Amino acid sequence: MSMQLEIQIIAALVAATCALPGVFLVLRRMAMISDAISHTILFGIVVGFIIVRDLASPWLLVGATLTGVLTVWLVELLTRSQRVKEDTAIGLVFPLLFSLAVIMLSGLAGGNMHLDEHSVLLGELVFAPFDRLTFFGLDLPRAIWINSGILLLNLLFIGLFYKELKLSTFDPQLAAALGFSPVLLHYALMTLVSLTAVGAFDAVGVILVVALIVGPPAAAYLLTDRLSLMLILSVGIGIISAITGYWLARLLNTTIAGAMATMVGVVFSLVFVFAPRYGLIRRLR
Amino acid sequence: MPPAIDITNLTVAYNDQPVLWEVDLTVPQGTLMAIVGPNGAGKTTLIKAALGLVRAASGQTLIHGQPYADQRSLVGYVPQRGSVDWDFPTSVLDVVMMGRYASLGWFRRPGRRERDLAMAALDQVRMADFAQRQISQLSGGQQQRVFLARALVQAASVYIMDEPFQGVDAVTERAIIAILRDLRAAGKTVVVVHHDLQTVTEYFDWVGLINVRRIAAGPVAQVFTEANLRATYGGRIAFLSPGAGDRPVEPIATAGD
Repeated sequence: MSMQLEIQIIAALVAATCALPGVFLVLRRMAMISDAISHTILFGIVVGFIIVRDLASPWLLVGATLTGVLTVWLVELLTRSQRVKEDTAIGLVFPLLFSLAVIMLSGLAGGNMHLDEHSVLLGELVFAPFDRLTFFGLDLPRAIWINSGILLLNLLFIGLFYKELKLSTFDPQLAAALGFSPVLLHYALMTLVSLTAVGAFDAVGVILVVALIVGPPAAAYLLTDRLSLMLILSVGIGIISAITGYWLARLLNTTIAGAMATMVGVVFSLVFVFAPRYGLIRRLR
Repeated sequence: MPPAIDITNLTVAYNDQPVLWEVDLTVPQGTLMAIVGPNGAGKTTLIKAALGLVRAASGQTLIHGQPYADQRSLVGYVPQRGSVDWDFPTSVLDVVMMGRYASLGWFRRPGRRERDLAMAALDQVRMADFAQRQISQLSGGQQQRVFLARALVQAASVYIMDEPFQGVDAVTERAIIAILRDLRAAGKTVVVVHHDLQTVTEYFDWVGLINVRRIAAGPVAQVFTEANLRATYGGRIAFLSPGAGDRPVEPIATAGD
């Protein structure tokens, strides 16, 4: 398989993986928590690295995912105190954890850490094919293995708990009254968002993670009135943005992650203007 | 026969500020009961705490003599219409089927049986033609009917409704009260958080007057008196004709509604 194709497969996988939990974040009006999580996971990665001293260790994934959940929990703790509003709480928690991570990172500089501020923000998709793993006799980039695994987990979770997620997103009070623990579902979803961000972050960087979690679901929301279709359309829009972004980057000889995030914005704008029922043009007529 | 709902010693506080204070409330089976009280009196908090939706500092709720946690399937809850996002991407039929989720339990998906039951409930609230509509296209009255259908489809024996008449048209209000009377006639118990004091005597046979504490509760004829209303609303109430203080009255207005 050519490197070009591998990069596109990684991009498409990451896009699909991000879009699925993104739909529920957008519907729960929690889109910006993905911004917080995708930054604070760096804290978990750095702390994990300091403990195990190995960038390839799966413990880094675990630590980063836990940091994502910790972020959500801290934001809720602050909000529940009723002295800070939720958006303010997000703005307090995530810069703190992120900058702690950056300070520790610069302390580690000169070591064998390939992480730096630039790759954190925009990722290094071009280099992803060089980091390979062989499973079942298949030699593929590590990013393909990791993100297919996370995609499968996301599909499994949403497939199993579709009805419960739908109810607790639409009407959390009824969900609680009927005995479906919305808090449990919420944290399960947040764990998946964290895991998704961790897997995607390594390949494409923070900005693209946020773009892929929020953009495609926001566009799909304008195209359909059904949750199931919104999930499918989000995945489709995410993959289209990723692939066209890749070719845009080739055309302009620029950063792939940047071009993909730009394409998410372009696709959303097109949908925003031309959507058959909820588009700007239809509204104006 | 144990009461349909038996709330004892319920206390709820937000930030050390009591919202409900040692409230006892017993609702016999087969009654249609209104919960009334001024804004901020804790009416919504009362039913949410009884259903375990807000944390209570003390108190317990028995449904037909058993703790609520064991009796969830017996209770149909209709939250305030404004508590959900009506732009959520789903259809009327889907929302009504959510009423069946409790009996389906975890993992199992709704199927043909749930669809049929939901259609029957929609028919009951005269919304069958709207089954495939996107919920954002409904009027306030239609949204309320959909919420009612979602509770009906649960086939519960106790219904708890938070302001079902809030912002609905007169036709819907009559349709809803007709269905509530049918439920009572079928031996079900219905508790309604209600705002309009003028319709209490016409619609309900029991009433609970709440203002942080329980002021009074019982049959409308005994409890809905000027003295009790003044105790509940303070000075914020006006009466059409001055009552003797112990007879059912017709209040014409309350301030702050």
